[in-house]
Amino acid sequence: MTTSTPKRSPARAPSRPWRLSLSDPRVAGLFWQILVVGIAVAIVVWLWSNAVHNLSVRRISTGFAFLGREAGMPIADSWIDYTPKNTYLRAFIVGIVNTLRVAVIGIVLATVIGTLVGIARLSSNWLLARLAAVYVEVLRDLPLLLQLLFWYVLMQGLPAARQAFKPIEGIYLSNRGLILPSVPLHEANWWTILALVAGLVVLHLVRRRQIAQQMLDGRARSAWPYALGLVVVLPALVSWLMGASWNIMLPELRGFNFVGGLTLAPEYFALLIALVTYTSAFIAEIVRSGIQAVPRGQSEAAKALGLKRGFVLQHIVLPQALRVIIPPMTSQYLNLTKNSSLAVAVGYQDIVSIANTTLNQTGQAIESIALIMMVFLTISLGISLFMNWYNARIALVER
Amino acid sequence: MSSVAHLPQDPLPIGPRPAPRALGGHLTVWLRANLFASIPSSIMTLLLLFVLGKACIGLWQWGIANAVWIVSGNDTSACRALRGVGACWAVVPEKYRFILFGTYPFDEQWRPALAVLIFIALFAVSSRRSFWRKELFLLWAAALAVIGCLMWGGFLGLSFVTQDRWGGLPVTLILATFGLAFGFPLGILVALGRRSKLPAIRSLCVLYVELIRGVPLISLLFMASVMFPLFMPDGVNIDKLLRAQIAFILYAGAYLAEVVRGGLQAVPRGQYEAADALGLSYWEKHALIVLPQAIRHVIPPLVNTFIAFFKDTSLVLIIGIFDLLTTAKTAIVDPAWQSFSVEVYVFVGVIYFVFCFAMSRYSRSLEAQRGTN
Repeated sequence: MTTSTPKRSPARAPSRPWRLSLSDPRVAGLFWQILVVGIAVAIVVWLWSNAVHNLSVRRISTGFAFLGREAGMPIADSWIDYTPKNTYLRAFIVGIVNTLRVAVIGIVLATVIGTLVGIARLSSNWLLARLAAVYVEVLRDLPLLLQLLFWYVLMQGLPAARQAFKPIEGIYLSNRGLILPSVPLHEANWWTILALVAGLVVLHLVRRRQIAQQMLDGRARSAWPYALGLVVVLPALVSWLMGASWNIMLPELRGFNFVGGLTLAPEYFALLIALVTYTSAFIAEIVRSGIQAVPRGQSEAAKALGLKRGFVLQHIVLPQALRVIIPPMTSQYLNLTKNSSLAVAVGYQDIVSIANTTLNQTGQAIESIALIMMVFLTISLGISLFMNWYNARIALVER
Repeated sequence: MSSVAHLPQDPLPIGPRPAPRALGGHLTVWLRANLFASIPSSIMTLLLLFVLGKACIGLWQWGIANAVWIVSGNDTSACRALRGVGACWAVVPEKYRFILFGTYPFDEQWRPALAVLIFIALFAVSSRRSFWRKELFLLWAAALAVIGCLMWGGFLGLSFVTQDRWGGLPVTLILATFGLAFGFPLGILVALGRRSKLPAIRSLCVLYVELIRGVPLISLLFMASVMFPLFMPDGVNIDKLLRAQIAFILYAGAYLAEVVRGGLQAVPRGQYEAADALGLSYWEKHALIVLPQAIRHVIPPLVNTFIAFFKDTSLVLIIGIFDLLTTAKTAIVDPAWQSFSVEVYVFVGVIYFVFCFAMSRYSRSLEAQRGTN
């Protein structure tokens, strides 16, 4: 891949003596490399020496020592304890959590909506297919920032808390954001959730073992008893033993604001809607082309075998489509994560917004921007690694 | 679905079954096939029609029936009286000059308008297959030079206008087009570097591409606006727009490099070998044999990348450069018009949409052409 003229013959070429001339490809190669690297190093050194000079003139000390100082910046929307008395480091961690909060939930929602719209585009119902096409076309051809500002303006235009929209009991939509009912989680609840997750993991392992056994003797085994035991009985038992309460807390209007429930601030909600709708339009196109890339003969052959529609989709079409879908999907996930940095435009305090405030307060421009880049490079790398692993897992195994 | 025609012939051919009798006329047949094929499909159709109907009526009432189209001066009391049940389109005729051209001197705004027309003409010419020749590069250079002269002025009686007064649509087009015009050669060089045999050059190119693609564009723009001055020697002051333009070129270069690399990989190995056998040098080989084929392969993704740049230029709002979106946002700071931002966003949304939709249509037609070839 990296060599444009690959060596064909396994026999080693006789080693010629080096000639000190640019017509010798080895000398030429060495020359060009030294030249290009030299220029790159020279530019970096020049920029760095300028920066050192400028920083000393402006009396800004370099380094990350400022992270230990008191931040003094208020953060309205935070999932972890934070007050302006905390350090910059803690503020940055809040920012990272806020970025991940929007990115992870956004990726999940965008995948679900995008897949639905992508399938809708292939629907035999003309109206549904057309509407899905319009959805994709409109959202893809408008800048994300414009959409974000648009949603944010709509949020601000919503009525005040007293006149909030109430589509269903317990859900309020007002200029304070979206307020949902919540379940207060105590220690007992967390243990129950842990039991549920553990049950799912064990169930997965059991199912794998069952399939391996079926491969050997051809007898199908039922997983239902295990599923019932591990996913329903076990968590229920833990919940009962620990005495967990699962009361749903409905938000209540007190004065000018709501008490209780889960609040999605307008900034967060607008950012989430914008990211999800925008990315879902791209994902819809990926899903559509992935499904279309599966030769029609595959589903026809499956139907000819008398397999049911759902089975055909799940076991014949989707596994083949996924191979086409996963690589471009990865780059959409990366895009969504990077685009979450637009939060700064509506004042949702993600990592970029907090770094920007820090930069304005302390003047530590290089460090702040380096931190943003480090965070995003790490997240990008994480998503890439996970998706590459998943891609390798579902890749076609040629026998 | 059930295409029997492609199956191998039976030994005893059976005549085709007659087509089922059509029930009713053309329209009925179409409706039954596309909207009411089955019970779930019919339910879906009715549900969608209901939702669509409600949405259309709502939009009609807001956007047309109850809208205010024109007011005299800055008197927006008629708009305010609507209390949100109707649109205030009067904001568009009042503010469109500012939204389109920013703070460019009012009497000279024919110059940016002409620049926008030249841009559109340039895109139209470049989209024609019959113009894909070497002369196109000269045309681009000439057109971009003319646009620069028009915007700056300072000769032939045109007054000089500094960059900080440029704004609106021309700035959006300048950022996107110059980003592409300079990012493209950069991208080609980096793509070649990434496929080079020389390890030092290859790793430099990989580092550049992955670094730029791994971080959000905003952080690059912050770098251009805040960090860049720190890296310059004393007394060197580069204009903000130019700094953002440099960031865009670097950004474009990294993404275009990946697109071009895809094209390079699609060129068959025999082409390289044939060029080597002819004794062509590295640059001759790539300029004459490889790149022309590689770039032809990737024209549709290049157009898609260009659409993405065009949209991404709107991010300069965050560092305070007056592109189309920033002028729109600034236009509604005016207290009289403050509560009519939706109308303004719809207006600039239509402008963005027209450009992007035209390009995406074009990209799709290219792909379709390639499919039939």
